[in-house]
Amino acid sequence: MIVIIDYDAGNTCSVTNALDRLNADYVLSDDARQIQGANKVIFPGVGHAGAAMEALRRKDLVSVIQGLTQPVLGICVGMQLYARESAEGNTSCLGILDTKVTKFDESMKEKVPHMGWNTVHQEVDDILFEQLDKSDYYYFVHSYYMPLSEHSTGTCSYQLPFSAAVRKDNFWGIQFHAEKSGIVGAKLLSNFLEKA
Amino acid sequence: MLTKRIIPCLDIKNGRTVKGINFLNLRDAGDPVELARKYADQGADELVFLDISATQEERETIYDLVRKVGREVNIPFTVGGGIASADKVAHILRNGADKVSVNSAVVRRPELAGEIAREFGSQCLVVAVDARLVDDTWIVHTHGGTRPTEIELYDWVKKMEDAGAGEILFTSMNHDGTKNGFACDALARMSDLLHIPVIASGGAGSMEHFKDVFTNGKADAGLAASIFHFQEIGIPELKEYLYKEEIPVRI
Repeated sequence: MIVIIDYDAGNTCSVTNALDRLNADYVLSDDARQIQGANKVIFPGVGHAGAAMEALRRKDLVSVIQGLTQPVLGICVGMQLYARESAEGNTSCLGILDTKVTKFDESMKEKVPHMGWNTVHQEVDDILFEQLDKSDYYYFVHSYYMPLSEHSTGTCSYQLPFSAAVRKDNFWGIQFHAEKSGIVGAKLLSNFLEKA
Repeated sequence: MLTKRIIPCLDIKNGRTVKGINFLNLRDAGDPVELARKYADQGADELVFLDISATQEERETIYDLVRKVGREVNIPFTVGGGIASADKVAHILRNGADKVSVNSAVVRRPELAGEIAREFGSQCLVVAVDARLVDDTWIVHTHGGTRPTEIELYDWVKKMEDAGAGEILFTSMNHDGTKNGFACDALARMSDLLHIPVIASGGAGSMEHFKDVFTNGKADAGLAASIFHFQEIGIPELKEYLYKEEIPVRI
């Protein structure tokens, strides 16, 4: 069973719609045991990192997520919460990756948010990108970014190169919205569901 | 590289597309879901649904439409028209839309923009602005561009950016429907003034007009309705053209 972590951090509707289109079985849950018992976990997030961490703390899910050993896919703010800390709301995060999420520079000519379709350069072979092309586009909407690190599997350039996709052990993360990225995004999600 | 977005706009009345849509191979030209899927398959980067229903009763059908589009379409979409409260925004987003656009309601009560941005995030708030050039001044109009206000365009969009708008959708009433091209001067000035993306609307008549709006107009996205609905310009050929003209587009 796939569990989508439901923690009042934005809209899970587009993720459930995307999984429905893939005919995947899933449940939305904020229950620790159900999340721990899942085969795969999707950790979405839209909105504010500070508010999202508040919600995870309120629901006692911080250590639950940190302790997961099955494949987890963090999407957008979900991926950003893997960091040690985020400048958005100056919050400490899950600390799965030792990095700090930072705001794009609003004084530069590239506007903030980074909104629209952009390409992802695959740094290493990762199952998420299997059968996907380096010229494929993904839909991004974000004002904060995770810097490059040894865990970056895909990079995107906007103002500067940043982490578009990360992986550490069983934790995968994508900054873009695969659930809104057309057939390319659907393929990536099905790669996670079938191969991770 | 971040690409320029091409956005077809669908006018919706009582849950159906209006304005004689003449699209080949559609079983039901009035079905917004089928049309939306077609545009998504052809490479549209986003979609905008504008509800022009006249009555409250007709407007209630928008939720059902949003649910259906959300289920079937795998690209981002915005819903606008008659949105005047954070409650309605919540309802539309919960039913599957990615963004809402607000227009007259924020002119009437500008605080609404901040309320929506704080509650749902700037990324889902598009502030749509209709303006007309009157004696060398761009004046904001409401109610589908029919009612003048005393608000000057550039002051207004800056105020909306400060209030938390994630994007501005600017329609020039002087250009809308003319097919003579977008209001590139005004768009370029707006784009220089703001740090959020600007969607250009009104005046698209040829593929060159899109090139012009992305270069001289400095727009981040171009929106059009009839030229797509009547297949005067196909989205694949438009993108192919822009690509050859070295405008970054998703192909």
